[in-house]
Amino acid sequence: MKRSNRYLLLALGTALAGAVLVHPALAATFPKNSAGFPIHAPKPWEWWFQPAASPIQKSINWMMQFVLWIMFGVVLLVAGLLGYIMVRFNAKRNPVPSTTTHNTLIEVLWTVVPALLLVVIFVPSLNMIYQQSDYKNPYMTVRVTGHQWYWEYKYMQAKSVDFTSYAIPPNQLKPGEIKQLSVDHPLVVPANKKIVFQITSGDVLHSFFIPSLGVQRYAIPGQYWHQWTKIDAPGIYYGECNQICGMNHDDMPIEIVALPMAQFQSWLAEAKKDAAQGDVPPIHKYEVMAEAAAAKDASADRPGIALASAGN
Amino acid sequence: MSATAIHHDHADHSHQPGFVRRWLMSTNHKDIGTLYITWAIIAGIEGGVLSMIMRAQLAEPNNSLVTNGQAWNAIVTAHGLLMIFFLVMPALIGGFGNWMVPMMIGAPDMAFPRLNNMSFWFLFMGFIFVNLGLLVGAGSGIGWTLYPPLSDITYSPGPSVDFTLFSLHLAGISSLLGAINFIATILNMRAPGMTMHKMPLFVWSILVTAFLLLLAIPVLAGAITMLIMDRNFGTSFFEPAGGGDPVLFQHLFWFFGHPEVYIMILPAFGIVSHVVSTFSKKPIFGYLGMVYAMVAIGFVGFVVWAHHMFVSGISMDSKVYFEAATLVIAVPTGVKVFSWVATMWGGSVELKTPMLWAIGFIFMFVVGGATGIVLANAGLDTELHNTYFVIAHFHYVLSMGSVFAIFAGFYYWIGKMYGQQYNETLGKLHFWLFFIGVNLTFFPQHFLGLAGMPRRYPDYPTAFAGWNMVSSVGAMISGVSTLVFFVVLYKIFTGKQKLAGNYWGAGATTLEWTVPSPAPHHTFEDVPVIR
Repeated sequence: MKRSNRYLLLALGTALAGAVLVHPALAATFPKNSAGFPIHAPKPWEWWFQPAASPIQKSINWMMQFVLWIMFGVVLLVAGLLGYIMVRFNAKRNPVPSTTTHNTLIEVLWTVVPALLLVVIFVPSLNMIYQQSDYKNPYMTVRVTGHQWYWEYKYMQAKSVDFTSYAIPPNQLKPGEIKQLSVDHPLVVPANKKIVFQITSGDVLHSFFIPSLGVQRYAIPGQYWHQWTKIDAPGIYYGECNQICGMNHDDMPIEIVALPMAQFQSWLAEAKKDAAQGDVPPIHKYEVMAEAAAAKDASADRPGIALASAGN
Repeated sequence: MSATAIHHDHADHSHQPGFVRRWLMSTNHKDIGTLYITWAIIAGIEGGVLSMIMRAQLAEPNNSLVTNGQAWNAIVTAHGLLMIFFLVMPALIGGFGNWMVPMMIGAPDMAFPRLNNMSFWFLFMGFIFVNLGLLVGAGSGIGWTLYPPLSDITYSPGPSVDFTLFSLHLAGISSLLGAINFIATILNMRAPGMTMHKMPLFVWSILVTAFLLLLAIPVLAGAITMLIMDRNFGTSFFEPAGGGDPVLFQHLFWFFGHPEVYIMILPAFGIVSHVVSTFSKKPIFGYLGMVYAMVAIGFVGFVVWAHHMFVSGISMDSKVYFEAATLVIAVPTGVKVFSWVATMWGGSVELKTPMLWAIGFIFMFVVGGATGIVLANAGLDTELHNTYFVIAHFHYVLSMGSVFAIFAGFYYWIGKMYGQQYNETLGKLHFWLFFIGVNLTFFPQHFLGLAGMPRRYPDYPTAFAGWNMVSSVGAMISGVSTLVFFVVLYKIFTGKQKLAGNYWGAGATTLEWTVPSPAPHHTFEDVPVIR
């Protein structure tokens, strides 16, 4: 091919590779509360995914950018052609229309090139499907049951720890809590460990959806469907019910608190003791939040264990 | 292709039917087409008002317009059902299909004129029942997708859901009978010389659509009958406690539901081909490719349904297959988009109102199709399913695909149908206001979906407020643009022009342009000969 074309291709290829490689730098930093404890909730005017906090979500982030760059190219191409047509082949400027109705080469090209682009998109997506389906060897399993209108969590390695998780009504929110996201009893898990969710429902369809972790699966009565995650760092992760389930569909959020292993173990021990006495597990997050809100507000009237060094 | 059509104008006034005979007992494809278009506008107004209510509620968090979650769910459900079954399908297939297909093939009417009338009145009754489902009892709050167990009797007691399901039976029968009518007409009543490969592309689009309806509607009917039986007769097709499976409903529904979306877009493709060709003064580029692309889209559209079920509980291998099959549809669709562009290339393009809608269609449909390719990836769908990203996707291909094509067809053919032309300035104003309005409404919804906002929510965490307000402002602009459309309609109905048979000129080459405007009550009673 002509030398100038070769350089052009090289430049385009470099630009594309650069964009693809640079994208991790675009990965946003997590918003933190004043204690430095990361909160994974949507931000105002957010125009991209919430920052990725699990391997699955990181893959999703990458793949989305990959597909979108290609799609931008297609849309720009078509828009550009349409714009050019409206100017160059306007009736005033081109009063005599051509009579071309066929061109075998171009018809073959616009069939084959899109097909190739689709193969390029399909190949990496296979890996994502396999990655998302790998439920082997989890550190722990949590049975998640959707109900109208709350979630229920049962620790399969400590079956006595089985509790419900309701949204906090808007008029009862404490500082640091988020409307339609904060719950009374969050799911507590260790960070950096593979966790499998066994998702089912006690009544109608729900969907267990945590965007920052790339977790979503329908909760179907009579069936268990699995999703795994590995939360990269301690923090609070929010999600919402994502399948229409009746009147309060918008009011059954999911809150997952990922703790460092030591804190998680002590929380779990405490939870088992509480369960043996018929109590619900402690509301840990107020301890976490309290450190952050120490300067602002005292929420010390809530029960719970004191975590030695939450947020590290 | 020219036609020598020597037809006698049978507007013999002593034979003119009275109002009841003409409008309630019609056997005339043009009058039935008019009934469909009129009713589609009415249903579209109701569906549009519901959407204005939704966007008003969502404009701010903590809003108090619709505070009852059940009422919200009923509004969401009715909006979807009305727009799909009572606006888009009737306008494209019952309306433009009925009006134009017989004329385009040189036939005097449809093969089964009384069946045609029955189709319309079944649809009308379906509309009544959908409103009963909205207004009686607690309202059907199950989404247009109707999934059990929520739609089952335990969780939706009362008659509302039964009314809704019955309305879909009525609409389904209407479409099924219409499909039979179109297939019989198109296969048997083409004028001599009009081989299948000389048929106009709109006729092809209706033919493929009719086959999709024929095969898909019975599956929907089966699914909703099973649901009616679960609700009322103690069966447990979808009830786990009785050995049934909620996922079975999803398979049955989407086996219909996916072809349904191609049913909504294929006639739109047909209209766009006609408008683009006319206003470029060029024949369509690659006619055969266009035909086979539509056939391919129709065919492949039947084997991709479970991409609506990626997070529902299907196996890993199923996800791989359905993703691959879904991506395949992009190829024939691309062939069509590029063919329209190639048709305009080198043409003599006049940017009249119908052409604005058609070019707008091409651009917006490509955007919607691009997000469709994103969603086709099972891995990405894990994150995007049921979020506002999906809502943005399907409104781009529907509100900006199908609806743009409906307006294109309206502005293109209204002179032929009514005998009065629209006002060009007002038509352009309508287009630009609507274009800006719907883009402002739905583009920010991509952001909301990426950020994780679920669909079918009447209220949302405060962080989503920004883009929701922008979207609601866009909705209000779209609403205002509809008022402009009403002014366009008013001026048409009070107009006093005399229009030529072919008021678009050399670019309009199909048979409907060889008859006067408005088209006489009966056309082609003498068979034209196609050279």
